[in-house]
Amino acid sequence: MSTATQVREIVWMNLRSIPQRWGASLVVVIGIAGVVGVLVAMLSMAQGFGKTLKATGALDRVIVLRGGANAEISSFLERSATTLIRQDPAAARAADGLPLASAELLVVTEVPRKGQSTGANVSLRGVEANGIALRTELRIVEGRVFKPGLRELIVGRGAQRQFDGLDVGETLRFRGSSWEIVGAFASGDAHESELWADVETAQAAFFRTGFSSVLVQLRSADAFAGIKRRLTADPQLNVDVQREQDYFSAQSQNFTNQIGVVTGIVTVIMAIGALFGALNTMYSAVSARTAEIGTLRALGFGRLPVVASVMAESLLLSLAGGALGAGIAYGLFNGYSVSTLGQGFTQVAFNFAVTPALVVRGMFWALAIGFIGGLAPALHAARMPVTAALRAV
Amino acid sequence: MLLKYLPLIWSGLWRKKTRTVFTGLSLIAAFLLLGLLQAVNSLFSGGADFLGANRLITQARISFTQPLPMRMLPQIEAVPGVQSVSHSQFFGGVYQDARNFFPQFAVNPQRMFDTYPEWVLSPAQRRAFISTPNGAIAGRVLADRFGWKIGDRIPLTSFIWTLADGSRAWEWELVGIFDGRDQQWSERASLMYLNYQYFDEARSGGKGLAGVFAVRIKDALQAERIAAAIDAKFANSRDETKTQSEQEFQIGFLRQLGDIGFIVNAILGAVFFTILMLTGNTMAQAVRERTPELAVLKCLGFTDRTVLALVLAEALLLCVLGGLAGMALASFATAALPADFPPVRTDARVWAIALSSMLALALAVGLPPALHAMRIKIVDALAGR
Repeated sequence: MSTATQVREIVWMNLRSIPQRWGASLVVVIGIAGVVGVLVAMLSMAQGFGKTLKATGALDRVIVLRGGANAEISSFLERSATTLIRQDPAAARAADGLPLASAELLVVTEVPRKGQSTGANVSLRGVEANGIALRTELRIVEGRVFKPGLRELIVGRGAQRQFDGLDVGETLRFRGSSWEIVGAFASGDAHESELWADVETAQAAFFRTGFSSVLVQLRSADAFAGIKRRLTADPQLNVDVQREQDYFSAQSQNFTNQIGVVTGIVTVIMAIGALFGALNTMYSAVSARTAEIGTLRALGFGRLPVVASVMAESLLLSLAGGALGAGIAYGLFNGYSVSTLGQGFTQVAFNFAVTPALVVRGMFWALAIGFIGGLAPALHAARMPVTAALRAV
Repeated sequence: MLLKYLPLIWSGLWRKKTRTVFTGLSLIAAFLLLGLLQAVNSLFSGGADFLGANRLITQARISFTQPLPMRMLPQIEAVPGVQSVSHSQFFGGVYQDARNFFPQFAVNPQRMFDTYPEWVLSPAQRRAFISTPNGAIAGRVLADRFGWKIGDRIPLTSFIWTLADGSRAWEWELVGIFDGRDQQWSERASLMYLNYQYFDEARSGGKGLAGVFAVRIKDALQAERIAAAIDAKFANSRDETKTQSEQEFQIGFLRQLGDIGFIVNAILGAVFFTILMLTGNTMAQAVRERTPELAVLKCLGFTDRTVLALVLAEALLLCVLGGLAGMALASFATAALPADFPPVRTDARVWAIALSSMLALALAVGLPPALHAMRIKIVDALAGR
């Protein structure tokens, strides 16, 4: 028999015998499922957060902040500056001939998280009427838009899921007056975690005369370089100009890095635990097969097929474990919605996203553990002296 | 009684060396993870209990990012039971690089010293902080991290506050370095206080706004009454307040990050299910292989109960040895964290969780094989049936 045939026969024979050792085999499967499940679940959290922020904004819109401010919450623009910004020739015009732009004010409110008494920071965004027209991705899904001048709010779907008391028809009390929630909106991005009000009303309530940012609709996406050059060079202004999409995408970086580090530590420790479990199982599998291996070697089978059979068993079990773990992570967490602090020190609601790339990464870990856990027992099996092994019969 | 059987249990444990070592190493990994994650969880769920209950934080009800006006200070001071009131405004400065982040607060020096007696500073440095308009003091941990010494000029770029000319580049003179009065406070001395007077004069907007108020009260038992009295004073005004103990404030702050407890428990659930399977399999195998030996023990006069106890003790020994080693590693790792990390510690709560997990695990993996061992019939076992 050629080596290839030997490998095929012996691997097949061994795999068919796994059910006889299923108790011990389960240890490998479950150990690796644990590692992969935790890895995939945690990374899917970072993935979901990034996805939500990256979905926010469009390439042909720019956000203008005060120079040096790292987020809307710490940016202050005076009314005169917002007027200058929206007059830029790159701004698209609305049907009424006025620039399609929205000067906005972002402040923070505290709303209790569902099932908790402590408040979480939620963004309250004051927008101009254009702010809603300009964001074409935004749809009112319940109720109506707030009326200018009235203390009325519309709330994002994500915020409604995460926080208490945000249903349409309820009232929030802050800054000494009541605000009625008159509608809910969906946009599939970071704005869904916000409360929106008329900007002038918000300014009056918070005693602010200025704005946080200006959002401008460009005539075309290529007009960006021009508006950026003109506004930053304007001696009357001190502003940073960014594409809206870039501004929000950059915010996910920190979170993704932090989750990556934590996941790395947890996964490595769990993988070490699972590795020893795999070693245990594979050694006992080899010792249970001592007589069989001795017989095969005596019949003329080489060492390589023996190594291959042990490795095949280990890799197959780890693959099953990886698939199980990824499957559990997908079943339990895909689409699970949570919220955490974003860059502006306010909550961003997002859904866990288990992507194929994450599953592949989990499988890679599973196979790595299976490979290392199988190697030493496989070599041990191959080195067993035939005579000693046969005595185990 | 069991003590005299210890050598027997010990040799039973090491009957298959590799298997025991591998299982032990898995246990170590599991308990290392438990120690680390529960230590983090402790920090989030009330690890701030060293913060005295005799200090309250008054913030704007709408959000602590909304600064309260300075005019509220005498009104808070007038509430019966209040000893001293300090105010602090988050400065949001970046030193050299955004990765060097540490918190700075603009405070009134004298009021800060009165409200936070936990910070220790020499009288000369106290006076210098009070009298230097652009003076700043830094915690020892922070000063050591950047190698600062008194007299240094510290440039900070604030992402919130601009100077009158629109620039964000502030310069502060380091006039003091403070320590904590005990180890816990010393570990947390990684913040910086700035002189409010200069800050308020120099900033381009928001003049007269104090930030949040820290209220030191005479009697911690009165905390709830005083908090309610302060909030009642400003009810229905534009600047409604929310007053809570400093500890609650800190926990609320950390909770903003999300439900850390849920994540920790989910991970540990996965870890423990895994380790249960693994150790359980080891114990079951160990007893199965030894069935004839156990039968011999029974022949020699060991009672069924003693055999049960022996197997259980072996499982307990394995779990406790692995668990203790893992926890020791976790304690070592958290103690070795660099000073600028949050003070994550394997405190009494973490140890209590770890010890009860060891016991529960030992019972769960030991009991089924122990019962099996107890029920062994000598004749059947010796006959290999």
